Amino acid sequence: MSSPPVIRVSALCKSYSTPAGDFPALKGVDLRIEAGDFVAVMGPSGSGKSTFMNLLGCLDRPSSGEYLLDGRAVSRMDKDELARVRGRLIGFVFQGFNLLPRMSLQDNVAMPLVYANVDRAERRTRARAMLEKVGLGAYAESLPNRISGGQQQRVAIARALVNAPHLILADEPTGNLDSQTSEEVMALFEALNREGITIVLVTHEADVAAHARRLVRFRDGLIIHDGAHDGLGRHE
Amino acid sequence: MIATLLGQAWHAMGANKLRTFLTMLGMVIGVAAVVLMTAIGQGAQLAVAESINSMGANLFIVLSGSTTSGGVRAGGGNAPTLTLADAAAIRDLPGVAEVAPVHPGSGQIVYGSSNWSTSVFGVTPGYLDVRRWSLQSGTSFGDSDLRSATRVALIGRTVAQNLFGAEDPVGKTLRIRNNPFVVVGVLAPKGQSLDGRDQDDTVLVPLSTAQRKLFGVSFQGSVRMINVQTESAEAMPLVEREMIALLRQRHRLRENQDNDFFVRNLTAVADSAAETTRVMSLLLGAIASVSLLVGGIGIMNIMLVSVTERTREIGIRMAIGARERDILLQFLLEAVIISVVGCMIGLALGIGGALLVNALASTAVVISGASVLLAFGVAATVGIFFGFYPAQKAARLDPIEALRYQ
Repeated sequence: MSSPPVIRVSALCKSYSTPAGDFPALKGVDLRIEAGDFVAVMGPSGSGKSTFMNLLGCLDRPSSGEYLLDGRAVSRMDKDELARVRGRLIGFVFQGFNLLPRMSLQDNVAMPLVYANVDRAERRTRARAMLEKVGLGAYAESLPNRISGGQQQRVAIARALVNAPHLILADEPTGNLDSQTSEEVMALFEALNREGITIVLVTHEADVAAHARRLVRFRDGLIIHDGAHDGLGRHE
Repeated sequence: MIATLLGQAWHAMGANKLRTFLTMLGMVIGVAAVVLMTAIGQGAQLAVAESINSMGANLFIVLSGSTTSGGVRAGGGNAPTLTLADAAAIRDLPGVAEVAPVHPGSGQIVYGSSNWSTSVFGVTPGYLDVRRWSLQSGTSFGDSDLRSATRVALIGRTVAQNLFGAEDPVGKTLRIRNNPFVVVGVLAPKGQSLDGRDQDDTVLVPLSTAQRKLFGVSFQGSVRMINVQTESAEAMPLVEREMIALLRQRHRLRENQDNDFFVRNLTAVADSAAETTRVMSLLLGAIASVSLLVGGIGIMNIMLVSVTERTREIGIRMAIGARERDILLQFLLEAVIISVVGCMIGLALGIGGALLVNALASTAVVISGASVLLAFGVAATVGIFFGFYPAQKAARLDPIEALRYQ
């Protein structure tokens, strides 16, 4: 592949200072994710996978090591650039959906465009198109509490997609959903991946991870497995 | 962008209407208090300025000296030390606009079956100019009346009402101390003086008539009081010095002798009255400003609560691309909207209240554009000042912490 990998981290470390001294959450992680990949990240709590996702999402900066996003060094970016990267290159999907409760679904989906300085008419069109894409065009003017959890997560995915990012980071996107709606959401992720969007997804559930093409396992701040999905998840 | 931010702020404020209203109320009361108090204070200043004006501006009163008989000193104006010639000499001093010698007295006035006791002033025609007094009806007497000491009179409104009732006094004959006088004019109403006397309860007659035919004077040409009006307020100190020097010279007083006359400066009295009301009006404004400050603190308090409550929202916004300054602007704008909208309601209430006071209490109120602008500016400043800290707090939140916040 001629284009640089979407994500390339090397010797990535992150420690948090606690009253009991520095706590190393990541102890030197190397990982390379090519464009169009679909990666599931698994690991017990405290294994460093959330810290890793925060670093990938440019919500936090590493203590040491290198992180190249689309070939650009994140550690050298200032706060405004990080915000710009979060808004335009990355789409976030959270476990708790994180829609703003007082805004219509359309306004929720359009929100990243506000911070990307897209004008009002264009925001409306693109948000509407994204809602159509996740099958919720009819609910554009509804408030989030009027629809089911699965539908809310689809709206959150539409919001993540609205700025046409290369990369979607999903932190336990099915954690709050029943298995039926989990499948629907995962089918949506698979469809997006087929369109060429890179997806990195944290999950606890093996059957969710089974949708991914590649599995990365964390334990004690290190990657202990990286490879094709090999059915290891079943032992979890 | 601003339109979007405004929409967001409107949304956020609408989500908690009662709280927004109560926060705004602090601002409303503060601004209304400032506007109302300033209006009342400036009204009082205006009232004082008007009564100073009615007294006559830039005015000295020169009184003749006191007499001493058997160790008892009478008040100023009793010794025949001032003359009409003195008045004429003062008239020629630089900076003097007008002089008006006055012979004050009083008497019982009779018309038909009514009678009334009032003050009777012997004056020259220039007196009306010095006191800025105009006529309601009829005409004034002139220099010819002064020369021939005719028995004509100008009467104040109070005298007219008490003696003539609804009748037109002009052309009627009344008797002052049993001397018949023809009323030639009625003075325009002037109201109370600064010390509360009714200035309309008076009768003016030609000076010569008063001296020769009503009261009598011990020395021909002596006068008990001279009103001296200067051309400007700035000329007053100079005129006072020159006038005293001139009178001392004319009265042939030696270095070690006291003045045989008194000079009173009415403007000084008036100035202190004006200063008093000015201080009072400042004080009112200052007290009202405190409530504006309290309103501002209320805004800060609520904005801090709001930032804490919306920590998660802030985290989400940051995760999808909001920069620190976007968050800062959002919260700052909310604070400013609350204070500016509160200010507008407060302005309306304050102006309404001032008009109500004007209508009910007939107290003069002045709503000046400056005070309105000031209140508005202060409100916007208060919004920015007290909104800034909470907004900055919001903008500095760590996105990860904010996203985890429950």
